[in-house]
Formats: sequence, C-alpha cells, structure tokens
Amino acid sequence: MLSRTAENLYWLARYVERAEYLARTIDATLRVTALPAAYIGKTNEWDSALLTAGVAASFYQAYEEANEHNVVEYLSFSPNNPSSIRNCIEAARLNSRSVRTALTSEMWDTINSAWIELQAVWSKGTSTREDLAKFLRFVQETSLRFDGSAYRTMLRNDAYWFSRMGVHLERADNTARILDVKYHVLLPEEEHVGGPLDFYQWSSILRSVSALTAYHWVYRETLKPWLIADLLILNDTLPRSLASCYGNLVRNLDQIGVAYGRQGPAQRHARGIRNRLEHSNMNDIFQHGVHEFIQEFITDNSRLGEIITKQYLI
Amino acid sequence: MAVAFDEMNIAGGDLRPAYRELARWLKETPPEALEYRRQEAELLFRRIGITFAVYGDSESTERLIPFDVIPRIMSGKEWALLEKGLKQRVRALNMFLRDIYHGRDILRAEIVPGDLIFQNPVFRPEMNGQQVPHDVYVHIAGIDIVRVDAEDFIVLEDNARTPSGVSYMLENREIMMRLFPDLFARHKVAPVERYPDELLAALRSVAPLSASSEPTVALLTPGVYNSAYYEHSFLADKLGIELVEGRDLIVKNNEVFMRTTEGLKRVDVIYRRVDDDFLDPLTFRPDSVLGVPGLMSAYAAGNITLANAVGTGIADDKAIYSYMPDIVKFYLGEEPILKNVPTWRCREPKDLAYVLDNLSELVVKEVHGSGGYGMLIGPAATKATIEAFRDKLKREPEGFIAQPTLALSTCPTCTASGLAPRHVDLRPFVLTGSKSTTIVPGGLTRVALKEGSLVVNSSQGGGTKDTWILDE
Repeated sequence: MLSRTAENLYWLARYVERAEYLARTIDATLRVTALPAAYIGKTNEWDSALLTAGVAASFYQAYEEANEHNVVEYLSFSPNNPSSIRNCIEAARLNSRSVRTALTSEMWDTINSAWIELQAVWSKGTSTREDLAKFLRFVQETSLRFDGSAYRTMLRNDAYWFSRMGVHLERADNTARILDVKYHVLLPEEEHVGGPLDFYQWSSILRSVSALTAYHWVYRETLKPWLIADLLILNDTLPRSLASCYGNLVRNLDQIGVAYGRQGPAQRHARGIRNRLEHSNMNDIFQHGVHEFIQEFITDNSRLGEIITKQYLI
Repeated sequence: MAVAFDEMNIAGGDLRPAYRELARWLKETPPEALEYRRQEAELLFRRIGITFAVYGDSESTERLIPFDVIPRIMSGKEWALLEKGLKQRVRALNMFLRDIYHGRDILRAEIVPGDLIFQNPVFRPEMNGQQVPHDVYVHIAGIDIVRVDAEDFIVLEDNARTPSGVSYMLENREIMMRLFPDLFARHKVAPVERYPDELLAALRSVAPLSASSEPTVALLTPGVYNSAYYEHSFLADKLGIELVEGRDLIVKNNEVFMRTTEGLKRVDVIYRRVDDDFLDPLTFRPDSVLGVPGLMSAYAAGNITLANAVGTGIADDKAIYSYMPDIVKFYLGEEPILKNVPTWRCREPKDLAYVLDNLSELVVKEVHGSGGYGMLIGPAATKATIEAFRDKLKREPEGFIAQPTLALSTCPTCTASGLAPRHVDLRPFVLTGSKSTTIVPGGLTRVALKEGSLVVNSSQGGGTKDTWILDE
C-alpha cells in the first residue's frame, strides 16, 4: 500500500485514541475534584490533568490558572491546542478523507458523523456540567464505534495492522504518562498513608484507563498502589497496560513482516521493549525506581514511533 | 427570449411519452411524501460525504450540491441518436489532437487558423511528435449537451481535459434506487453502474508497451483540498486503484514509481485529475507542489500513459469550439450529428462589431474560462455590468466568444412552491480505449434551481438530477 495511506491510517487511529484518552482524563478529574478538599488534599488535579495530557507548558502560555473551566476548555475545544479533542477529531476526519479508499464505509461513517456532530452540536463548547458529561460520552462512544467498526469490518491486511499499531502506540504512551505524573502516589513508602486521600487518587488513575472494575476482578483486593502499578505496567490481560500494548505491537509488526517477507529495526525494537516488560516484576521496578522505569519506557515508545515512520511511512 | 421547450409537458396539455409514467406516479404521491424523501436524500448525501469545495468561500468550505429527486427522462430513441453523435464528436476530437501534434493537415488545409493553435496557452509544444498509445488523447470526455426543442441536441462545450461530475451520475442513481424503488419498478431504466469497469478497461487498454501484462493504474489527485476530491477518492475506490498525490510518485530512469510500504512500485497508467500546468514542475509551472518532477520525461520515453494526454486543452478551447463542425467534416467526411451553438469569434472584427452592438442579448464567455466564472449573460445583466464587460471585450477581443442566449430546455423540479420547470443541461461521459468508444446511457443532468436562471454550474447554485434513459 502507499506509504502515505499507511501513515494516514496510523495517525487516524492515534488521534481517535488520544481523543478518548483526553475525555477519560477529564472525566476522572471531574470526579476527584468533586470530592470535599479533605479527601483529595491540596494537589491541583487540573494541573496534573494537563501534565498527563502533555500540554502543561503550552497551556500556561495562554492561561493563568489551571481550574476546571480553563482546563476543560483547553483540552476539549481550544483551537490553539493542537491535541485538543476537537483538533483530534478534525485531524482524524481530514486523515480519513485522504485515505477514504482504505477505510470501510462503517469507519468513515463513524468519523464523518462525529465531525458533523462536533460542528452541529459542540461548536460553542459546553456550558453546563451536564453538557460536558454528554460531550465526554460522545467522544468515548465515537472511539468505541471506530474501534469496533475497524475490528468488525476491515480486511486483515497491512491497512488493519498499521491502524492497530497507531492505537497501541498511542495507548501505551497515554498509560505511561498517567503513571509518570502520578507515580509518587504509587510509591510503596507512602503506603502507610493509606487514608482516603490516596484511595481517591488511586481510583482516579484506574478510572482514566477504564480499569477500576478490572482491578477488582484481577486482584480481588482493596486498592493497593503496587498492584495498581502491576496492573497498568505488567498485566497483559488489561488492554491498556504497557505489556498488553506491546504484545499487540509486536504481533502487528510481525504480521506486517510476514506479509512483506521482511523484518526490520521496528520489529527488533518492539520485541526488545516487550521482552523487558515480560522479564520484569514490580519488585525490580520499584527498586530501580518507577519514575526512571516509566521515563525510559516513554522514550523507548516514541523511538518506536520514529522507527516505524522511517521503515514504512515515508 | 422564446418560451423554453419543456421535456415533460407539451404546450396544450399533453405529456411527452417518456414522462407518462412519472406523471401518473406524481399524481398518486402526496407532496409530503415527496418532501420526506427529498430530505432523506440530502441526509444520505451528507453522511456519505459527497461534498465539493467552493473556492473563495470561507464560511463553509464543504458544501453539498443540491440534488433534485425528480428524474430527467429520455427515450431510448433519443439516446441512440445522442450516443451516435457523441461518439462521432469524440472521434473527431482525438483525430484533431493527433493531427495538431503531428502532421497538421488541418492547418495546411486552412480549416483552422494556425495562430489560434500556436498562440494558445493550452497548446503544448512538448507534445509535438510525441506518440501516445493507440493515438488516444481524450480517454475521458465530458460533452455538455443542451436542447432547445424535441429534435436537436446541441453541444454547448467539449470538456477534454479533466471533466468531473461522473461520481454524481453514479451516486444520484444509487440514492434514487434506494429512495424510489417503486418508481424504478414502473420504468425500464438503463443502468449506469458499469461505468467504473468500463473506465478501468479503457485505462488498462492504453498502457505503454513497456508495461507488464497486468498494468498498474493509479489516479493522481491534487489532494483533499481540491473541489473534486470526493470524486477522485470515489473513483479510485470503485476502480480498485491507488489514489496518489504527487508526493507519492517518484521518477527514476524515466519510469514512474509509487512509494509503498514495501518499497517502490512501478505505475503504468495515470488517470490524472491534475491540470497540465501542475503535472511536472520541471516542465511546466516550477512552483507546482502537486506534480511529479520528471513525469514529462518518463512520458516522452513512453513509459507512462497519462489519461487524458497532455495538451488536450487545445481541443476543448472555446475558440476552437466554433470550428468543430468543420473539424468533424474534415476528419470523418461526415455531417456532424450534434449541432454547435452559433458562435461569434470576437477575434474577428466583423463578429466583434456585431457582439458589441448586441451585448444585452448575448452570452459572452472567456475563451479559457470554465465553471461558469467570468461570463456575461446579457439578458440577465445590469447596464453597468454590460458596460464593464464591453471595456474588457475591447481590450482583449481574442479572449472572448459570444453566443445567442439559448432557451435551454426545462424539466419539472422540486421548488419551494411545488413542482416547476427549471432549465437543465446534460454531461454524458465518453470513454475511449484502444479498441472502442463507450458511453454509459445517461450522464449528469445539471439543473439551474433559481427560477429563470440559465447557469447550471454547481459553483453558481446549480443542482443535479438523476438521468434516466428508458430501455424500450
């Protein structure tokens, strides 16, 4: 297939995934900030929402204060934030338009309808909490529909694999960023705190990767920070864990390698990361430093993006 | 202006036969039901994303072309005549182009003046002596046809460069079949869905000799911001070929390749929807980012077929148009089946004088214009507009032609106040391959939705209709 087509499919999937992640982050932050101050302490949750979205620096160029109004506006609708939800959906639509021939009609319909709704219903942003909740649900449902129609209607060929790679690379990045911002509340030495304060922080992390229920099913335990870290980093049954994303990335890259009859640096790099995740346990990671581990992962993950681009997309 | 010929109603109350069943159906169908389906059609168009961009319109860059649900109907007999005339015309266009870029018999015979060719910006000296496979220059032609009475078909314009609109022909039919199955059950409508297959066959048949037995065809688009982008992606999809942009292609050793995820892949035939000027920055406009550097040298080496060929603009130029009846006679020795609109060439002093005296009754067009831009419709223009045009004409008479204002035929059309006659034209699409020339029955009917308006261009508020040829 055309390199440009593969590139568009890959980015299209990333944009949709990112939009959903931003919606989840806002959703989770709204829940935490609705609690009385005694339960969440003095941390500015809106500020950490900006950090997990990776847009704190540009935000503070435009706004003074990270409060609900400003952050929701910036993450959801701001035309000045290149990865606001609105810009993600618009970029996804533009990418879809230029690869229409590679999309199934169901996928196109999902993105095009979302774009039409964005303009018809959400062009002025949201004015009430109720509106905002509706908007966030709309974004998450768009992503689910997109994912579902890709899964159910696409041919299992390189177009599908490039699109899936976009999803998993973006997802791994998002999960890693949450961990990067929140790692301090997961550190074992703070375990003794164990008060309501931490509990709400922990459940908020899980909620933003839609893993709160999953946690209980997997561990059958009350929330424990190292188990949360284990779930998000090493447990490959959780679709948003780093291990699961890398299992999928390696599989997709191998499928492409088989189809093209050739392996390359992308396959080797992805396998390297996957192996490291497979052979780690939480003890080692905590010893070595969660923060360092995550930072290293984020660098490795974006390096894979560069290698894939070089090998296939240009 | 005379009362226009209506394709459904004969003055005096009778119906023309092709419309009898439709008239009966309209009588049985309550207006609300029609309105409901009209809205449904619009919704479908928007969801599928069949839009076009209007240049210079910042408010809404993607617009729908209004679709009128009342079909335009022609009898099989009428079509047979039209089809014969179209094939004749396109054959002549191809022979004319072959001659202009080779022997130039027609210039020596003084049928067409040489300066009209050589001083014309759309003449491409790069094409002199260049062989094109099977001597086909115009693989896809869109010939704009109008009617003024029950007998004649008149060619308003030949489009031999990159004619667009065929996706509307195909989608209009899809949507009509979805919304009005009952109406189709009562008519025998000739199908149009073979078009993509016939187009692909025509394109493959003109692959260069150096191509493999399974030639690779690609559609070259200027990109998503082009007003016809929807059509480009639609056609690429239907043909099952890659939709490429200039940056996807690269020329190496005079061969054209596309960049794929598996490395470079050779391309043999390019159905290009990019104008000559932008095709190759090394040969034409150096500022073009839409083209492919080196494409013209691969073309000259005979390693790539471009459809349509480079330089076909010289055949559909509005100044050449007036010579078309003579061109048909010269190459084919036949009387033209399709008529021309009488045309005054403003480059000729006698004609210019007449045009200047009668501006308020004439339609004046720019020789190189298209899309309905830059034209004067005398009867509908204000005094000031006419005077401004008069100055333009005097300054550059060779840039214009003039024609009488035709009373274009009308068809019943949905309007705010019920069904009413509106002016229409027709663009059939004529495909020429190595062996044959084919036309799917029908074409794109464009309709001027404003009462009395004669401008059917989508960029100027025109709409479209499904065109039915009855298979009797």
